[in-house]
Amino acid sequence: MARFDPYENNGGTCVAIAGAGYCVVAADMRLSVGYSILTRDHSKIAHLADKCVLASSGFQGDVKALQKNLAAKELVYEHNHNKKMSCPAMAQLLSNTLYYKRFFPYYAFNVLGGLDSEGKGCVFTYDAVGSYERTGYSAQGTGATLMMPVLDNQLKSPSPLLLPARDAVTPLSEAEAVDLVKDVFASATERDIYTGDKLEIVIINSSGSRRECIELRKD
Amino acid sequence: MDGSHASGSKVAAADGPGTQRTQYPYVTGTSIIALKYKDGVIMASDTGASYGSTLRYKSVERIKAVGKHSLIGASGEYSDFQEILRYLDELTLSDHMWDDGNSLGPKEIHSYLTRVMYNRRNKFDPLWNSLVLGGVKKGPKGEEKYLGMVNMIGTHFEENHIATGFGNHLAIPILRAEWREDMTFEEAVKLVEKCLLVLLYRDRSSINKFQIAKITTEGATIYPPYSLKTYWGFSAFENPSQGAVGSW
Repeated sequence: MARFDPYENNGGTCVAIAGAGYCVVAADMRLSVGYSILTRDHSKIAHLADKCVLASSGFQGDVKALQKNLAAKELVYEHNHNKKMSCPAMAQLLSNTLYYKRFFPYYAFNVLGGLDSEGKGCVFTYDAVGSYERTGYSAQGTGATLMMPVLDNQLKSPSPLLLPARDAVTPLSEAEAVDLVKDVFASATERDIYTGDKLEIVIINSSGSRRECIELRKD
Repeated sequence: MDGSHASGSKVAAADGPGTQRTQYPYVTGTSIIALKYKDGVIMASDTGASYGSTLRYKSVERIKAVGKHSLIGASGEYSDFQEILRYLDELTLSDHMWDDGNSLGPKEIHSYLTRVMYNRRNKFDPLWNSLVLGGVKKGPKGEEKYLGMVNMIGTHFEENHIATGFGNHLAIPILRAEWREDMTFEEAVKLVEKCLLVLLYRDRSSINKFQIAKITTEGATIYPPYSLKTYWGFSAFENPSQGAVGSW
């Protein structure tokens, strides 16, 4: 007889691209399980602070628990320090939060994007148990295997072995980065059954943040 | 189940070595259909509950009113649903005792259920249900309709129309094609009956005794059970082996 399984894969893809003065964070809005679509209008993005946005896919129950937990910790931080948490601080917090559940992990694949203390775009990419790295761009989730090679090809990040260390931010303008995000999602939607319906894009720059929504294939 | 104790398969969480939590459901209800319409939310289900593939109970209510603004519908383990109803009674009682003129709306109840379901899955002692929560409550932007669901491991979302279990396969395509936000109650009943009839024909654990319930700003109404008219007279049903003659 089938045993109780505490996990479920609800699919979805998350992408973030950092530029000199901006960061684009995007995720599709499909929520599915197996071959069924549960809803076509489910946001995977959490606005954790002014300059800090988290996109997560995986198991929706864990994703929501994780995002709520981080939002609560951020609020406590705000009260204690009288300022919003910076993106690199949130990145470390997220890593610790994931590792805290190392032996019953959050089944969540995260991409954290925002601006660092100098106003430069930053992207942090994770695995489910908290390993993380600061990069210039990243994709996570069911469509990541389709998107990541395209991003590598288009954005050519400098090798992390180079000395002195180079900036990982991409050379694209904000508008070019947004267009690239739309293209990689439209492409991944063609082949990944867990990605589609709608694309939610959050753009953070020095003047604040804005949200954009575009339609994707629904089949 | 590893089969050591016949009675050990459903022990309450008195923890200790040898304790085993619910690993599978016993008595289960099938699909729930729910959708928003002009004045609120309509919900429907049959009144059957199965013991494996045996139809054990034929007259159970799987839709109940919660507080003043909400309806809950459940598929899955019926005793777990009864436990959930006890939790909700406790919740609405304590809410009432504040006596501050505030009351929990469908959104809050759904949020509460979401946490209960997710917490129990974290304890590896799940409540084996898919729950649908619908309601209407006056908010800052006027009347706000709400419809959401949560499953046994805590996956949850909001939608304009929801169907659990077999309904997710058979009823959702119908609802996606024909649902409108401004449907009248009569139109909504027609649509829901169309879905129930398809489920009756194709879901073997469904039965021809249905209940419809609605929730509006006037409150919840759960209608008495009734049957739908079926047609089984198709020639393929009357002589199924015709046109499929065997070799002997």
